[in-house]
Amino acid sequence: MSENLLQKVMAESDQPINLCYQCKKCSVGCPMIDEFDFPPNMVMRMIQLGMKDELLKSKAIWMCVSCETCGSRCPNEIRIAPIMDSLRAQCLNEGVTPADPVTVALHSSFINSIKTFGRIHEATMLMAYKWKSKNFTSDLDVGLKLFLKGKIPLLPKKSKNMAKIKEIFKEAGK
Amino acid sequence: MEKKLGVFVCWCGSNIAGSIDVDLAVAEAAKLDGVVHAENYMYMCSDPGQQLVKDTISEKGLDGVVVACCSPRMHENTFRKAAGAVGLNSYLLEIANIREQCSWVHQNNKPLATAKAVSIIEGTLDKVKENLPLETITIDLTKRVCVVGGGIAGIMSALDLANADYDVAIIEREPAIGGHMAQISQTFPYFHNILELLQKKIDEVKAHPRIKLYLNSEVEVLDGYVGNFNVTIKTRPAFVDPAKCTACGKCLEVCPVSVADEFNRGLSQRGAIFRYNQTEGARIPVLEQRDCLHFVDVEDVEMDAGAGEKCTACVDVCPENAIDLGTIRTFNEEFVGAIVMATGYDLYSPAKMPEYGAGKLPDVIDALAFERLLDPTGPTKGQVLRPSDGQVPKKVVFIQCVGSRDPERHKAYCSRACCMYTAKQARLYRQQVEDGTAFISYMDIRSDSRDFEEFVQQGMEEENLVYIRGRVAKVIQEDGFLRVFTTDTLSSRQLEIEADLVVLAMAMEPKAGIRDLAKKMNVTIDGDAFLSETHIKLYPVESSTKGVYLAGCGQSPKDITDTVSQALATAGKIQTMFSNETLIADPLIAEVKNDVCSGCGICIDICPYGARLMNDFTRITDVNQAVCQGCGACIAACPNKACELINSTSRQFIRMIGDFAGKAEAV
Amino acid sequence: MATTYSYYPGCTSHSTAIEYIEASLAVIDALGIGLNELPDWCCCGAASAHNLSTSLALGLSAFNLAEAHKTGRDLVIPCAGCYGNLAQADHVMRHDEKERQRFEKQFDFNYDGQVKMLSLVDLLAREELRPAIKDLVKKPLKGLKVVCYYGCAIVRPGAITGVDDTENPRRIDKMMADLGAEVIDWSCKVDCCGADLGLTDAEKTAELVNKIVDYAVAAEADCLVTSCALCEANIDIRQQRLPILYFTEMMAEAFQIGDRQRWWKKHFNDPSKLF
Repeated sequence: MSENLLQKVMAESDQPINLCYQCKKCSVGCPMIDEFDFPPNMVMRMIQLGMKDELLKSKAIWMCVSCETCGSRCPNEIRIAPIMDSLRAQCLNEGVTPADPVTVALHSSFINSIKTFGRIHEATMLMAYKWKSKNFTSDLDVGLKLFLKGKIPLLPKKSKNMAKIKEIFKEAGK
Repeated sequence: MEKKLGVFVCWCGSNIAGSIDVDLAVAEAAKLDGVVHAENYMYMCSDPGQQLVKDTISEKGLDGVVVACCSPRMHENTFRKAAGAVGLNSYLLEIANIREQCSWVHQNNKPLATAKAVSIIEGTLDKVKENLPLETITIDLTKRVCVVGGGIAGIMSALDLANADYDVAIIEREPAIGGHMAQISQTFPYFHNILELLQKKIDEVKAHPRIKLYLNSEVEVLDGYVGNFNVTIKTRPAFVDPAKCTACGKCLEVCPVSVADEFNRGLSQRGAIFRYNQTEGARIPVLEQRDCLHFVDVEDVEMDAGAGEKCTACVDVCPENAIDLGTIRTFNEEFVGAIVMATGYDLYSPAKMPEYGAGKLPDVIDALAFERLLDPTGPTKGQVLRPSDGQVPKKVVFIQCVGSRDPERHKAYCSRACCMYTAKQARLYRQQVEDGTAFISYMDIRSDSRDFEEFVQQGMEEENLVYIRGRVAKVIQEDGFLRVFTTDTLSSRQLEIEADLVVLAMAMEPKAGIRDLAKKMNVTIDGDAFLSETHIKLYPVESSTKGVYLAGCGQSPKDITDTVSQALATAGKIQTMFSNETLIADPLIAEVKNDVCSGCGICIDICPYGARLMNDFTRITDVNQAVCQGCGACIAACPNKACELINSTSRQFIRMIGDFAGKAEAV
Repeated sequence: MATTYSYYPGCTSHSTAIEYIEASLAVIDALGIGLNELPDWCCCGAASAHNLSTSLALGLSAFNLAEAHKTGRDLVIPCAGCYGNLAQADHVMRHDEKERQRFEKQFDFNYDGQVKMLSLVDLLAREELRPAIKDLVKKPLKGLKVVCYYGCAIVRPGAITGVDDTENPRRIDKMMADLGAEVIDWSCKVDCCGADLGLTDAEKTAELVNKIVDYAVAAEADCLVTSCALCEANIDIRQQRLPILYFTEMMAEAFQIGDRQRWWKKHFNDPSKLF
């Protein structure tokens, strides 16, 4: 049992996780529930009981798409999305191998694009993602389809104050 | 003389008329012996229907009436009142139930249902023919009350009654009133200081000219019946004369005895002479005879040097000569009209849960002991400290449902107050020990009253109480801490918690000795020995014996709020009873044929109400009219057929059965 | 009505949501509302920054909040995802004194809470705009059966978006009814389309999308109307049963303005046959 997991996640997410009384309304409304190894209500319980290792290795923390359905229905107004953010950050910061490396690859490609241009450049971002995830076949046609519709410009546009943006990344340790 | 009889058949809309030919029934009834009038009406219980019955009684001079309608439970009173209003003795009107017992159960055969209805009417007519006109019985009423038990239930009931200007006697077994409430530190859900609340009420009781306190006392014998009880009270000697004692405390210092203090749940020691508790009223010491060396064989007791045979250390030191070891027990009698049973509860013994180590492991304590730790006037001055080493516990595990909800091994029932007082205790602990952790092992959190759920939620939010759903398997002692083996059923994980202190929310059970007392008071108890109410919904504070009322945890486990509500309800019920000058009872009771009764006494044993008594002069049995409920048990039991129920005699019933059976043969 | 707002285009304004932005700008122009693009802006972090680092996500959004505050005007954010991120950052600054001071210092601005974050629905569904919108309708969308799909980001969480009925929002429904369309009540207004999962788990996204389209088809809708670029892309690309349109495209069609034929070609399910 990790004694300070609850306090740490509560502080980072600013959510009253200690109030969860397991009504499971979050889990029954979750669109991603089939992909979770632990349903959201169990994630709350595991945080309360300090089951840190299992949580950081779980697929659940990477499968949440932050749709906020659970948060808007929770009788105790606990938003689970920011809680998942906190757990994901802990997973990466503590060097735990993420259960879903593909998702991490996608997000890393995204933020690298932002780091480079200040904005997303879909063409380079998608290529980086495919390269990082070593996943060349699946859903490649989405990018291709968008490209053919003229929705993926070849030339990136940049923010002006790139120095400030680099500073943001530095402060966040990314 | 032949009675002039009338028959009134009700349609009850289509309830009766739908399956019974009401015109034919009237025609058949009119032909029966003695019937001078028969008719039917759509709703006989309506105002015009009742008027019809009244007018006909007056016009035709009826002296016996049968209303054929629904069950007598519905409208017997209605029609008897109507008959009484026009001068016919109410007991000469009977109901023939042709709805529940005929039309509703025979909906597919109108001719046969009609024939059955006619035979029910005929049988009832035959009963009415032999019915006697009766008058209600008047019983004397003594407007004084005896309250058994001086906990918060007894205190609140007594105060209300005394304030209504009735004399009240409180009988308290312990040396002080206040009960378990005096052991508790604060209330839920508002954290009120209990000693403050209670002390105010205790002071009111003591100052009240209408209230007489019997401390160290128990009911020895109860005689009589509602309105006329005679309570014999046995009082143990207190040995200390409160008129002389200045509460200087010198006797406490010299007493060589040291035993566990019950009031502090064994967390401190006391002498044989001691202060019972911390309420103002208990400043004067009491002497417990069974602990005192003066009264026991010296060789049986470990004692300090200097205490000789027939120890008189306290007597010798008392500057006021207030202690008299020669005091003996006394008996008193109280004549009262009503009794309140406010007998309270005990905690189920933790020793019966050896898997939790209570009694063996010093740091496993029960919930009342924890209350003593929280009490600023308690053995630790309100500091939560481990009994074993006086250290502040950093991890406390509270276990709920210990002995409760455990039907096969312990108690099947929920003790009701534990969820809330555990939340309160855990919150108070966390407020005191900021870096502490409070775990609460629970099965369900039952927080079903105003602000209760909010109170528990607030505990989770503000004091970070960790609720763990599951029953603790066992608690063992390791080096310097307790290991608590449990499970979290919400995550299906086994857990082991290293705790400094374990608090057991033990089941509440009726006070020891309640079985004997219930027998003395002639009130029934349930399988767990809780006093039974007459009806859980409509007569919740009435016992099985008229005039004896129930309040507090003796009836079932409950919190202070519910206890006080119930106590005030008993006071209200008794005041309603006392608003009359006399009591009125139904005359439909048993009577004895003096020339047949052999005085065998079987009826005395069989009577569930204690209404049958041997007349020492005639050597046959009497019926106490105030107590008899007309149940008929003695009639069935009497080997000589010497008992009869008035207006329900064997003769009447045999004739009725004959009427039904005769018709049945014809069918 | 002639208020001018600051405008945050977001990355997709030049790529996947190009027709949305063009239609929206045309409608806003027709209504006489002025928009000034922020002098500088960066990506809000999209769905990715918060997944990896809360402080990165907050930092990126704060950069843009600072730019908006320097203009002193309310900020219009057409992309639902960008709106969600910026509104979240605004919420944090409004309630977390420490974070606010940190960002004020880092981006050299004064957060006074006066600059509001507005989604395009916030901007266009205001009650006072209704008469103007009705006046501009040249070709009412008569006989067109539509279901309105709100998705997640402009609705939840209610405490941040200010949407009071998060289970059954009605603002786009009202606008479509004002354009003359037949608005059908249905069950998936606020269901999740899978969001960024579209790029990592095609199968799951298809499952979610198909459920939404199943319900829309069962409600006998001719098309689905949305205000979110990610929802549009996810739903349009993964099925061939139903055209998906932005609500501002519908407005432009009713107003008969803009290069609509070009926009229709940007869709995977051709909507031109509807009009």
